[in-house]
Amino acid sequence: MTSRRLKRRFAETAEDPTLQVSLTVNGELIERTASVRMLLSDFLRHELGLTGTHVGCEHGICGCCTVLIDGKAARSCLTLVAQADGTEVTTIEALAAEDGKLHPIQQAFKESHALQCGYCTPGMIMNIFGRFNEPEPLDLSDQGIRTMLSGNLCRCTGYVNIVAAVRRAAQLLGRV
Amino acid sequence: MKPPLFRYQAPKTLKEAVIALASDPDAMVLAGGQSLLPALNFRLASPSLLVDIQHIDELKGISIAHGQIIVKAMTRHRELELDERVRQANPLIAETMAHVAHIPIRNRGTVVGSLCHADGAAEVPLVLILLGGSVVVEGPSGRREIEADKFFRFHLSTARRRDEIAVEARFPVLPAGSGWAFDELTRRHGDYAIAGVGAVVRLDAGGHANDIRLAACGVASRPIRLLEAEKLLSGTALGEAELKAAGKAAADLVSAPDDMHATNAYRRRVVAALVRRMVAKAAARARTRQ
Ligand SMILES: Cc1cc2nc3c(=O)[nH]c(=O)nc-3n(C[C@H](O)[C@H](O)[C@H](O)COP(=O)(O)OP(=O)(O)OC[C@H]3O[C@@H](n4cnc5c(N)ncnc54)[C@H](O)[C@@H]3O)c2cc1C
Ligand code: FES
Ligand code: FES
Repeated sequence: MTSRRLKRRFAETAEDPTLQVSLTVNGELIERTASVRMLLSDFLRHELGLTGTHVGCEHGICGCCTVLIDGKAARSCLTLVAQADGTEVTTIEALAAEDGKLHPIQQAFKESHALQCGYCTPGMIMNIFGRFNEPEPLDLSDQGIRTMLSGNLCRCTGYVNIVAAVRRAAQLLGRV
Repeated sequence: MKPPLFRYQAPKTLKEAVIALASDPDAMVLAGGQSLLPALNFRLASPSLLVDIQHIDELKGISIAHGQIIVKAMTRHRELELDERVRQANPLIAETMAHVAHIPIRNRGTVVGSLCHADGAAEVPLVLILLGGSVVVEGPSGRREIEADKFFRFHLSTARRRDEIAVEARFPVLPAGSGWAFDELTRRHGDYAIAGVGAVVRLDAGGHANDIRLAACGVASRPIRLLEAEKLLSGTALGEAELKAAGKAAADLVSAPDDMHATNAYRRRVVAALVRRMVAKAAARARTRQ
């Protein structure tokens, strides 16, 4: 039995408006009914089981929830799935090849020991992936790479190896 | 850390959006969501209805006409930053935009959204004040244009009425022969500014400043023109002594109290230094553009 006080404080499912969303995630068309207030990060993790997209802060500071929306890096915690309706979303799961061969950016992170716990890594990689996809020239000086990574926090490694990994990735992808 | 309950509409036309926003006193506009989503996740905002304007075609795009760069409401920060025509027409804009948050946030957040959000430390409002631009809003009673110096009222508060949608911002092109500069102090790239200063300077044939505009963000409850400093520099050859006096006059306009980022005294010193450096940099650029 729900007490009257609880009833007033907690919304009934029926009060939570929903909408029909249709978006492409890692090349696959997804059609679902979702709550209008569901964050894209939660949609990816809880509805689709794509738990490679991590959630650290849910207010845009840590960057570990970064995915691509229509090819551009974006915070999935600062995007409602309703806003992503009709878009093409790419998550970290799409980077490695079917046979498990790492994407050059992942390979560079591995070679450079640019992760410890790996919590921040998917966001770092998706941010860099999005930036590398832009035609804009890259500034691969230490300062330039640090600016590129300024929206991604790592609490383990320090940034020296991550900066090296980004430079290595640029080499592997012929961007230097 | 999840948004509260709300209803959601994503109209396709401006007319429908205006009606939707007026239909509910607790409705809010959702643009890029880069300030509103954190506020919802923190439950600092609890709108009953969100009117998402991202699908409205008439609110998209950038155009340049009659000396104005017209930025429609759904233009993302990064779009304005990378627009080649805008770089030509007013290089101050791209130089300043690079300081707004980080690229993933600039990919989603809108220029007009930043003006409506009106954070006292934000860079885009400073640019609008510095250049003397305006914001065009539309509500149930029609359209009106609000000058930059009347638009920003206080931290997070503007002259836009609750039932009005900001449809575009107008940034003047850089006056011919002018030099420009913007810089800010932050602890990390992409943070809101502890203090930021922008300058636009034009010199006459003798090297005297005959048109000078200065503005600052992060130092008061809204972006401000540094009028006293402008007066001290106007007509001078921008020598060391004048720059120093202008820096001091600018510091006297710092009203931000001590906070967790900086004390008032520290901000005063930062603003004075930035004024000296930005005026010198803008003047050097003006010399090469004459
Ligand atoms: C980690 C982080 C760092 C940031 N750093 C900076 C920074 O250094 N400098 C900076 O300037 N900003 C910074 N921002 C904020 C960013 O610039 C936002 O994108 C911007 O302030 C709001 O634009 P938006 O389109 O996302 O607006 P939204 O978040 O969608 O809306 C913001 C507010 O404006 C209103 N609004 C938006 N558009 C309209 C419109 N057309 N008509 C009427 N009302 C409207 C909304 O109702 C809401 O109240 C940062 C954000 C994050 C998350
Ligand atoms: S979880 Fe999205 S930025 Fe931290
Ligand atoms: S590797 Fe642990 S947070 Fe970055």
